[in-house]
Amino acid sequence: MSRNANDAAEDPSADEILRFAGVSMRYGRGPDVLSDISLSLPRGSFHFITGPSGAGKSSLLKLIYLAAKPSAGTVRLFGEDVARMAPGDLPRARRRIGVVFQDLLLLDHLSAFDNAALPLRIAGHKPSEYRGDVAELLTWVGLGGRMNALPPTLAGGEKQRLAIARAVVNRPEILLADEPTGNVDHEMALRIYRLFVELNRLGTTVIIATHDQDLVARSSRPVLHLDRGQLKPLPPQGPQNGGAGRV
Amino acid sequence: MSEPFDPARWRPAAFLPERDVRDPALIFAIAVLCFLACLTALGVIAGDRAAHGWSGQLKGEATVIVRARGGETPDAAAARAAETLAGVPGVSEARALEKEKAYDLIRPWLGDVTDLEDLPVPRLVAVSLDRKRPATATVLQEALKAQGVDAVVDDHQIWIKDIRRAAGVVRLSGASIFLLIALAAAAVVAFATRAGLAARRDVVQVLHLAGAEDNQIANLFELRFARVAAISGALGAIAAALTGALLRLIGGGAGITPALPIAWLDLLAVLPCPLLAAIVAVVAARLTARRLIQDL
Ligand SMILES: Nc1ncnc2c1ncn2[C@@H]1O[C@H](COP(=O)(O)OP(=O)(O)O)[C@@H](O)[C@H]1O
Ligand SMILES: [Mg+2]
Repeated sequence: MSRNANDAAEDPSADEILRFAGVSMRYGRGPDVLSDISLSLPRGSFHFITGPSGAGKSSLLKLIYLAAKPSAGTVRLFGEDVARMAPGDLPRARRRIGVVFQDLLLLDHLSAFDNAALPLRIAGHKPSEYRGDVAELLTWVGLGGRMNALPPTLAGGEKQRLAIARAVVNRPEILLADEPTGNVDHEMALRIYRLFVELNRLGTTVIIATHDQDLVARSSRPVLHLDRGQLKPLPPQGPQNGGAGRV
Repeated sequence: MSEPFDPARWRPAAFLPERDVRDPALIFAIAVLCFLACLTALGVIAGDRAAHGWSGQLKGEATVIVRARGGETPDAAAARAAETLAGVPGVSEARALEKEKAYDLIRPWLGDVTDLEDLPVPRLVAVSLDRKRPATATVLQEALKAQGVDAVVDDHQIWIKDIRRAAGVVRLSGASIFLLIALAAAAVVAFATRAGLAARRDVVQVLHLAGAEDNQIANLFELRFARVAAISGALGAIAAALTGALLRLIGGGAGITPALPIAWLDLLAVLPCPLLAAIVAVVAARLTARRLIQDL
């Protein structure tokens, strides 16, 4: 699992869930914010995407959750070329991906419970089928007592965990998290990280974009390092924790 | 937020906020436009009926001006003319008007002349025509000529033409005004729908990214704005119907009703208003929602 993700791009035999081949991306007529990215992620893997602010981490995730299109290259998701998916297939593909957005995107007029249940409703499940699961999930992320609360009344860490609950409630095959520990203290960051580890153990492919070097250093997960839109080898780290701080 | 929450009793909340602070203003604006549109529609219907009524009345009547000839007195000439006319097919009644009526008609031109008896004032014969097969002016003229009566027949054709033209103008301008107001109402509904959607961009975005079909999202807004538009349309229609009913009630007899005869049944013309408003809202919501989703 600690192999370099760039090497994996040359290994087509893996049960890959995601493959980028020579992918570039730009906003409108602007400059490329991602250039010539190639990578391959096996199903069930756990990756960090790191890099300074503005490096293109969020943009890379957008390509994966189908909110943006590459300007060059191909993105293969679930073994399918995204550019060749029929318009009607895109919503179905999105339902197989859970996203914790950088700005969370919780709906302020809906209760925590309704926010968390949203993906299930969109997928057309019956309330009677998922009511219990949603309650259980919210309890699991520590929001058991806040199920009826509106997001504006939640604390930062609670909002973050609610966004995570919504992202995983439909048992996605891929979980993307954009700076999921951005607004929470160290303690909460670790709790959230353990949540992702738990989900990964249950089979979800996890990709976390973060500039929290401490978190990355404490884990032994492979890292995709972005620098000005390009995948670069990870720069040498400061004094390593020697595994003692691993989580 | 200390109230206990029981997931077992949870019911999914509407994705869109049930109420929007803009709703009252929006409902008011659409309702007013629907009211005006309905009122114009009622006006067009009533104007049309009035025009029909006037020309119908004129069509059913003719006036014959009789001049005495030879030694005959004007009254005798008029009586003979009336008798002759009554026998013509297509005439249901012919009646010589009393001489006072004739005097009344010419008095404005002559001033208050005390002794009109000396003047050779022509007499009038009022002819009621059979409405189904009215006799033409020519037929009446021929019949009188055959009996040697010197008379001029006026079957009001000139007036009827004028009224027809006036009715056409009323109908056309009414229809144009109605169309304009209806279009304005539609534009407001469409505009409000777009504004509402733009204000709910967050919902559109979240639903879209969570894998909602474009149709699912568009439907939410369609339903929402169809409801608002239908409520507004109903309010406007009810207000217009009440106004119409009021005009009908106070306009009885010599009031406005002779000019704009509103029938109770006309009030039903406002019925399609809520439906039409809702349809416009649905179309506008669909188009706008699709554009917004594509722009995400
Ligand atoms: N919506 C956007 N429109 C135009 N430029 C954008 C947009 N989002 C991000 N960018 C630009 O793309 C580059 C990469 O941004 P982003 O992917 O958000 O980086 P990161 O998440 O690593 O901070 C930045 O230069 C940023 O200014
Ligand atoms: Mg970012």
